[in-house]
Amino acid sequence: MSYITKPVARHPGVRPNALGLTPRDYEGAMSTLCAGCGHDSITAALVQTFYELDVEPHRVAKLSGIGCSSKTPTYFVSQAHGFNSVHGRMPSIAAGANAANRDLLHVGISGDGDSLSIGLGQMCHAIRRNVNMVYILENNGVYGLTKGQFSASADVGSVSKRGEVNRHGPIDPVDLALALGATFVARSFSGDKRQLVPILKAACRHHGLAFVDVISPCVTFNDHEGSTKSYAHTRAHAHEVIETDFVPLRAEITADYGTGAVHAVTMHDGSVVRFRKVHEDYDPTDRGAVLAHLREVRNRGEVATGLLYLEEAGEDLHEFENTVDVPLVDVPYESLCPGSQALEEIQQEWR
Amino acid sequence: MAHEAQPGVNDFAFKIGTVNGTGSASANSLILQALFRMGVPVSGKNVFPSNIQGLPTWYEIRVNRDGYTARSSRFHLMVAMNAQSLERDIAEVEGGGWLLYDSTRALDPDLVRDDVNFMGIPLARMCAERFEGARVRILMKNIGYVGALVALLNIDMAIVDGMLEEKFGARKGLLEANHTAIRMGYDYAREHFECPLPVRVEPMGGTEDRVMVTGNSAAALGCMYAGATVGAWYPITPSTSLMDAFKSYCRRFRVDPETGKHNFCILQAEDELAAAGMVLGAGWAGARAFTQTSGPGISLMSEFVGLAYYAEIPSVFFDVQRTGPSTGMPTRTQQGDILLAAYASHGDTKHIVLFPADPRECFECAVAAFDLAERFQTPVFVLSDLDIGMNDWMIPKLEWDDDYRPDRGKVLSAEEIEAVEHFYRYLDVDGDGIPYRTLPGVHPRGAYFTRGSGHNKYGGYTEDADEYIEVVDRIARKVRSAADHVLAPEVHAVDGGADVGIVSLGGCHWAVLEARDHMLARGMPLDYLRVKGFPFNDTVERFLAAHDTVFVVEQNRDAQLRTLLAMETAASKDKLIPVLRYGGQPLSRDDVLAGILSVLEGAPVKEVSA
Repeated sequence: MSYITKPVARHPGVRPNALGLTPRDYEGAMSTLCAGCGHDSITAALVQTFYELDVEPHRVAKLSGIGCSSKTPTYFVSQAHGFNSVHGRMPSIAAGANAANRDLLHVGISGDGDSLSIGLGQMCHAIRRNVNMVYILENNGVYGLTKGQFSASADVGSVSKRGEVNRHGPIDPVDLALALGATFVARSFSGDKRQLVPILKAACRHHGLAFVDVISPCVTFNDHEGSTKSYAHTRAHAHEVIETDFVPLRAEITADYGTGAVHAVTMHDGSVVRFRKVHEDYDPTDRGAVLAHLREVRNRGEVATGLLYLEEAGEDLHEFENTVDVPLVDVPYESLCPGSQALEEIQQEWR
Repeated sequence: MAHEAQPGVNDFAFKIGTVNGTGSASANSLILQALFRMGVPVSGKNVFPSNIQGLPTWYEIRVNRDGYTARSSRFHLMVAMNAQSLERDIAEVEGGGWLLYDSTRALDPDLVRDDVNFMGIPLARMCAERFEGARVRILMKNIGYVGALVALLNIDMAIVDGMLEEKFGARKGLLEANHTAIRMGYDYAREHFECPLPVRVEPMGGTEDRVMVTGNSAAALGCMYAGATVGAWYPITPSTSLMDAFKSYCRRFRVDPETGKHNFCILQAEDELAAAGMVLGAGWAGARAFTQTSGPGISLMSEFVGLAYYAEIPSVFFDVQRTGPSTGMPTRTQQGDILLAAYASHGDTKHIVLFPADPRECFECAVAAFDLAERFQTPVFVLSDLDIGMNDWMIPKLEWDDDYRPDRGKVLSAEEIEAVEHFYRYLDVDGDGIPYRTLPGVHPRGAYFTRGSGHNKYGGYTEDADEYIEVVDRIARKVRSAADHVLAPEVHAVDGGADVGIVSLGGCHWAVLEARDHMLARGMPLDYLRVKGFPFNDTVERFLAAHDTVFVVEQNRDAQLRTLLAMETAASKDKLIPVLRYGGQPLSRDDVLAGILSVLEGAPVKEVSA
């Protein structure tokens, strides 16, 4: 829809962050998605996240597959390398990029078609491998670019724009991620920036794969009555089971956490995630209990949201592989090649 | 058909038939290595089933004082240790040859051939008398036939003893059992047969400065020497041992002595698609990354190969070819992926392909592949095969120049990015078709967007015809220019040049060389060119133009190299005569002779299944 050059927006009231950058410095090209697309709100939340976390733009690696969601890396942090790969294969690209350069902030953007159908295997294995990355699944229940087919996350009984009723059971990415051992599992709603930004901040600081399922309505093909991924339906049925606040390292803790029970988890870099429990018995560090609780919420026809599960002690890809602390791309060639003398020794064994 | 000189000292072939999974592989390699250490040129071909245990398996050994190491299908001695394959093994011995069999059970009189010398040795019974436990008895039966072969072929017992010492020195019990079994077979043979046989070995100096190694090990070593840090893979025969070897070399040479941490990362992917994706991700991020697979894997990786081609991401793919199509015969060799590799993926794509002929070239091609991939920012294939990859080959020692430094191609450093006013990823600044590349994380002004969708030379998304064409035409020019940088063809020409030529590639080389020598000695001179890389360079073009008839020798049904030559050179298709063997066995001299002579002598071309 967009064919105009992106206008330069000035935000005179916005203060530069610790790097002297404003939110504008974390933006990208003009979005070509439909007006009102949930994905654009997620992009905006990412911009705010990076700005508030003082992320160096060029230290981000933006990775995606194919689909509406996968287009979005063009729309944020134009000073970061981006890789819009092939359908369903973002996780393997991310694993390889992360293996080569562990110091970058790898941000993978995917969708429900990209991750739950063609790329389901890759998503599962990236979780198993615990690639240190933010994995955002922009979930709208339909294939937008090919004009409105149901995706694998569409709920039973959900009605398409053409009036067809989906009869296949959905794949719940949160359930799946938890079952696969993901160490950070969240679900949010593109229309709830207040909830989404702290989750994304925590995801950026998480050590390991931070899986964030974001219900992100498709205004063109799945925002009608009868859809279970519409704005109206999500607003009516989203059920925040836990509130999350992210306290960066060194920040003064001044927030008022109200009366609910507060549970704090310290992140790998010293930052703190504070959970305020909406339910007295909800424990975001007990995988089994979380799975059981989510099932209850789902059975009531509601969608549980929040940073649902967090485990900071998990080993990531590099710990599994015992790689050196410096990025492999920075290891000098002299440390990689054993030289002619060693070749001579090896060949003694070949006689 | 060619007439054979009589087999004899240091010139014969023998074959050992055993049961898969009984430990015969190590017994057979003991023989191969002993022959090699005696200084006798030797080659071994393992003919094994796609099975863990129980099916027939064979090992073919050829000794040749002239250094010809191609497969020979004329077996002067058969060691038939497997009742399942006995009938077929007996049928395969050359007339006048010898057959060693286990006489614990009586031989079916109907199987006896008058023109073969049968030698029975009751190995199973002797092992039962000497060793305890079923597993040990089976293992020692293999060592028993090694002992008999030592006597029959005049193998140096001191060398064999030394090898057992090296292998089992620390494990006294095993060492003793092996010695007992060797002597058991040796003594029995000496007492009951005329040892040594007319086909036998004498020590010679034919293996100095040579080593024995598989192509997969050599390729893995090449990857380590080239500075590859990321290997991503999915297990598939016959390529798996390449990554196994890479891992073991890296564990030996790439572990930080202080921290114990790895200067490498090997990822076993969930499938070949993911393996290719990991290679691209790592290559994009600036690591030298590779995968190893076989034909079925290349089929799956083709999607990513197209992305790497169009988005210009350095990546290295080892294809250790096996018999296709589909699952085909996973433990048999073939050169069936030539066209697949050259044009993998949809749309207009064309790739750099290297064709090693032996393990030494696997090492060299591995290093060259990474340099080419980075210089030309594109996928590079190394097309090995099961025969080269998994069999032990006698090759000249590998050499390494300590002054070598990786050719990273046009990668801009932070300082260089700083000095550029605007960086555009796909702009042909130097007019050589190769744009400059930046790596993620280096400099904010170096950022660009990588995509497999239509893009213009500035890296922006496009659906504009002219912008699209400008980029794809440049990429075509870039890949074409690699013709002068891939390994140059090897040319063998007679003085003054012959009218008839041979073009071949990869592991066919040794059989072709032997066939050519054979014909030359009989007054039939032929020129020979072996392509070592694709795109083809001018030398290939000129060779084809200079010969009226060119035999194109390869191991696939559809004459894929011939098709590639017809498409990519000016040569007329009519003069390219296919010589094809594709039954899954390594090529032999006789295969080549049969194909060429049937045409030159006017006989109809008859397919001989290998």
